[in-house]
Amino acid sequence: MHPLGEKYLRKHTLPTIFCPGCGDGTVLSAFLRAVDELGIIDRLALVGGIGCSGWIPVYVNADTLHVLHGRAIPFATGLKVTGPDRKVVVFTGDGDCLAIGGNHFIHACRRNIDMTVVMLNNAIYGMTGGQVAPTSPHRARTQTSPYGNPEMPFDACKLAIAAGATYVARWTSGHPRQLTRAFKEAIMHPGFAFIEVLTQCPTQTGRYMKGGLDAPALLKDIRASVVGKERAASLPPEELADKVQIGTLHTEIRLEFTEALRRLSEGDGK
Amino acid sequence: MKIPCIDETWCKGCGLCISECPRGVLGWSGKRNRRGYNLPAVQQPEKCTACRMCELICPDLAIYVEEEEQCAKR
Amino acid sequence: MEARRLAGTSPEVRIMQGNEACVEGAIIAGCRFFAGYPITPASEIAELMSRRLPQVGGVFMQMEDELASICAVMGAAWGGVKACTASSGPGISLMQEGVGYAAETETPCVIINVMRGGPATGQPTLPSQQDIMQARFGSHGDYEIIAVAPSSAQEAFDLTVKAFNLAEIYRVPVYVLSDEIVGHTREKVKIDPNVEVVPRKRPPREGYLPYRPGPDGLLPGMPAFNEGYRVLVDGQLHDETGNRVGHDPEASARLVRRLCEKITSRVDELTDVEELFLEDAEVVVVCYGSSARPALEAVYTAREKGMPAGIFRLRVLFPFPARRLAAATRRARVFLVPEMNIGKLVLEVERVARAAQVVSLPKLGGVLHTPEEILDAIASAVKGGER
Repeated sequence: MHPLGEKYLRKHTLPTIFCPGCGDGTVLSAFLRAVDELGIIDRLALVGGIGCSGWIPVYVNADTLHVLHGRAIPFATGLKVTGPDRKVVVFTGDGDCLAIGGNHFIHACRRNIDMTVVMLNNAIYGMTGGQVAPTSPHRARTQTSPYGNPEMPFDACKLAIAAGATYVARWTSGHPRQLTRAFKEAIMHPGFAFIEVLTQCPTQTGRYMKGGLDAPALLKDIRASVVGKERAASLPPEELADKVQIGTLHTEIRLEFTEALRRLSEGDGK
Repeated sequence: MKIPCIDETWCKGCGLCISECPRGVLGWSGKRNRRGYNLPAVQQPEKCTACRMCELICPDLAIYVEEEEQCAKR
Repeated sequence: MEARRLAGTSPEVRIMQGNEACVEGAIIAGCRFFAGYPITPASEIAELMSRRLPQVGGVFMQMEDELASICAVMGAAWGGVKACTASSGPGISLMQEGVGYAAETETPCVIINVMRGGPATGQPTLPSQQDIMQARFGSHGDYEIIAVAPSSAQEAFDLTVKAFNLAEIYRVPVYVLSDEIVGHTREKVKIDPNVEVVPRKRPPREGYLPYRPGPDGLLPGMPAFNEGYRVLVDGQLHDETGNRVGHDPEASARLVRRLCEKITSRVDELTDVEELFLEDAEVVVVCYGSSARPALEAVYTAREKGMPAGIFRLRVLFPFPARRLAAATRRARVFLVPEMNIGKLVLEVERVARAAQVVSLPKLGGVLHTPEEILDAIASAVKGGER
């Protein structure tokens, strides 16, 4: 096994549940690199929701909570405010974060609570067999939209920015180096950091929406559908219409929640 | 010389390492591991530039770039 | 900002409502995190926690909903801190998935339920005892909780301290089943800062397995994150390492059995009952919470009139003290069970007291029984025996 796997994985929970070619595994690998480069394993508090992505923290040999569907962020909030020095990282999926967990997501953004939320987006409910998700494209055929998805998808990054997140980035599982850098930036960012990762899902998205299970082809497809933020600025609107922007989409420094708690409790009233 | 080192226990035969390699160093070995997955193999080691794309993309931490002698040891 | 703290180590006596007494009890028991959401008739608990917790170095959060509240409480517990929440009917319903998670992961926490009239939005400002079985069976799956039922503001203090202590010892969610009457009635409460408190105990780190019980079947202490334990906590049925075993029938059954038996096998040590006049009582009033107050009045009056009545008042409601009820009431011919619901605890009494006659005294509408109503029932029961 890769030396970082030897160093950081919880061996007795392996092999991972990820299907062959699943983007989640690449994200796990990129995360381990970030953890190693920052040297923060002892300060990590990991929380996973329900769904394939929620398993990522189970495999990491840190303190891990594998919690209820949609509730990773409130659990993480309890962990953070009782230990402000912790580096809290949440792994969630598009359904876990934006559907059942949507309310918690927007409030955590609003609070600007210092944690990193990594949302793996395969545009479908993978673990349960391929049902439509809040990020599924309009007209997508899934297990619960056999005639085509009547709904429009969220843009999770826009939602995060509007709700108050102070670090927002989007990458794909085909950008492992950028992912590692983004993880490091997000973890060190003093505020609510949100990273959306577009991930290939051969077994569900591939099978139902993309016509095949070939991971390399699906990843190529994802890469073709995105455009870097800087490059997007120089492209004409027609070329941007069907592309999703990737990169660091937003950063700012704003009063962070645990800092606000501390200040107000100490009575300076600012 | 550095080459990709494949851990046959953990590989799930997804083929991403093969497709991500910009130099065609890897290909299908024609073998399966104990769990039935098709295994990749290093087929053109001399072409490896240690860019590590295979290592970075692998979802199972089953491949990493290392000195050839070290690889044989693991 | 108010800076009223408990000074010194001597008890003080104050007039306060039960809700406030719960807060003082929680703080003395070591609670340093509260997450909740406003709901009548429990909101005072959140309001007072918001003022008191920062005074003692704790953290208060008003979360976006009750689902977030119970989850934040559990996150705080794993963060190393005693934590609780407070709500009423609709909010407690929302928290049920969380309660099940607390039971399955053995996360110590306290849930204060200031019961109001239900179902649904029900009667927001009026009391009931309708939700006692929800405390016991509200979440899905097989699990056990402990529930205490204060009958006065003093007991709101005492039993909230007890709830925190039980949560620590048994690593289980513990309900404080208060109601709008106990919550809002102002009475004298003695706040004793020296009351017995079970401290949060860290397990030994050497060879630590998060879900390996000690020889007594209980987990040895509660770890905290970022102290070197590297715990894996999972809502899925798991083995001693925390790794899931849902696919393994034997291991799954073993965990569920342990989770239940750690409580059900300890009914005797958990039993906490106030027994009055049971030596000669032929008619026993089995009561709890607010409805115990008119019951007590009725029994005292009955005895003055020469009727052989007695009181069996549960302070720990669940696990239900079946053996104690059966043993302590050998002479009893009739059990009267007054409750502000359609008849819920009476089902347990019926199950236990097979030889005796069990009479349910339900009271709906959000009002308390009057002592006269219960006295009439005692008199009927006594008369029935004379025939």
